[in-house]
Amino acid sequence: MKIAVCVKQVPDSWAEKKMVDGRLDRESVDAVLNDLDEYAIEEVLRLVEPLNEAAGSDAHTVTLLSMGPDRASEAIRKGLSMGAHDAILVSDPALAGSDALATSKVLAKVIADGGFDLVFCGTESTDARMSVIPAMLAERLGWAHLTFAGAVRVDLAGKKIEIDRMTEFGVETMSASLPAVVSVIEKINEPRYPSFKGIMAAKKKTIETKSLASIGIESSAVGSSASWSKVEGAIARPPRDKGIKVEDSGNGGEKLVDFLMEKRLV
Amino acid sequence: MSALVLIDHQDGSIAKSGAELATFAKRLGNVTGVLLVAPGEGDALVSGASSADLDSLVVVESKDFKEHGITAMAKALTKLVKDRNPKALLIASNSRGKEIAARVAVATESGIITDAIDIDAQRQTTQSVFGGSFTVSSSVTTPVAIVTIRPSSIDAPQVTSTPAVEKINFALSDTERAVTISKVEPALKGGRPELTEAKIVVSGGRGTNGDFKPVEALADLLGAAVGASRAATDAGWYPHTHQVGQTGKTVSPQLYLACGISGAIQHRAGMQTSKTIVAINKDPEAPIFDVADFGVVGDLFAVLPQASERLAKRPS
Repeated sequence: MKIAVCVKQVPDSWAEKKMVDGRLDRESVDAVLNDLDEYAIEEVLRLVEPLNEAAGSDAHTVTLLSMGPDRASEAIRKGLSMGAHDAILVSDPALAGSDALATSKVLAKVIADGGFDLVFCGTESTDARMSVIPAMLAERLGWAHLTFAGAVRVDLAGKKIEIDRMTEFGVETMSASLPAVVSVIEKINEPRYPSFKGIMAAKKKTIETKSLASIGIESSAVGSSASWSKVEGAIARPPRDKGIKVEDSGNGGEKLVDFLMEKRLV
Repeated sequence: MSALVLIDHQDGSIAKSGAELATFAKRLGNVTGVLLVAPGEGDALVSGASSADLDSLVVVESKDFKEHGITAMAKALTKLVKDRNPKALLIASNSRGKEIAARVAVATESGIITDAIDIDAQRQTTQSVFGGSFTVSSSVTTPVAIVTIRPSSIDAPQVTSTPAVEKINFALSDTERAVTISKVEPALKGGRPELTEAKIVVSGGRGTNGDFKPVEALADLLGAAVGASRAATDAGWYPHTHQVGQTGKTVSPQLYLACGISGAIQHRAGMQTSKTIVAINKDPEAPIFDVADFGVVGDLFAVLPQASERLAKRPS
């Protein structure tokens, strides 16, 4: 079975982010693999590795799928060093400024043409934080929509999947026949660190770079000019005024309540 | 038709966000509320929906909502949007609302904005991004705008509306019934307000060492929600759904108390737009003090019980 994991290169979430001309300034910060995507890669590897080992062959393959500039291959390489088999990167100057609708259009086309049965994603990217791509993929592909999974149970032979969707509303157990789009929450597993062997092996793995023309999407259908929402302006928030800081010398709790009462917060 | 508003409900009662969304939608013109309900469930909810300022109310009945979830909700709303061509469809920004919005946007070829905190009469939205470090105004260029709005972004005025009620039936096609929901365990409310809707949030971090009792005690005295840092949820000390920060919930309450939380940038990204921030931490150099309006350098196990004791004694 062919399984795809959608991944994104994002600014390091430990870095301060800036905006230039209504867009995130991606040049001034380190770019890394979106850490929420690592949970999706890990979950898929845990699913296929025992099966491949038992079969003694790579009967099930894991392909990373990304859209972004050429340098996104650095982030993809990390996923390959975790153990994914290969990767597809859709990279094209015309994609700059694409919104989530255009991004999902590109990813859905590659998934549909690639013969995949199962797509895994993280719940969101740590930069845009929209949390809409998995749902958009399910809608575009007409596949089962199984998102916010805190547990995944897959029967690859029977082509069945069941997940526990875990959100602020509670836990829902839901099942479907493949094909399906799955997103996983960070509670689901502890992603592995790439081993030295994995890092060396990843250097030899293939990242296939595709242009828009090669996947059959018009450049007029994507990018900032085709975006259905536009940013009118972005203002940096002024820094907070310096607050009061007291040492607790036995009455810190009292002082805290005094502050809250003075500000009429309680 | 000017604006459609999806009204959330759970356990037979209408979510507070419904009235908030209607307040925003009123700026765009006439407001039609939409309730997606199981057959027979609608009548009890219609009276509750009068707390939202609605001109009309469409009650869509289908057994598919419970059995097939988001797919069914999105398909029903897609049909309504296509039939009625509103200027905007407003939905509450939560895990379910954002995914419904995503699917409707694709299916109706409409632009989408998520996590807005404001929308004006010209459909220009305001979002607070990168943990509140930037405020962005955007607008959608398609005939219909699909917008999800964060709960508690506006104080909805008290109203008792008498919308014209219309009931319609809806059913998915067999091929659309790909997902089946077999079991639902609603989140335990525990009597505390929902994290993103609470006026006060008390959060605990690494400094609790896994003991959230003083945090919860203070939260209950203040009628507050309880949050947790990623360090605390990763350690299994508090449920993942309570995580505040870059990879968890973004909260913007009137008062945020960070207890034993160092305040790494990932945590600050989820709370730094709070109106007032109070921090308690043993480490005087903890970065949380950089954003705190009031900070106590001390042990939370001494400071919190003392604060709780004092609050419990205050005249009400």
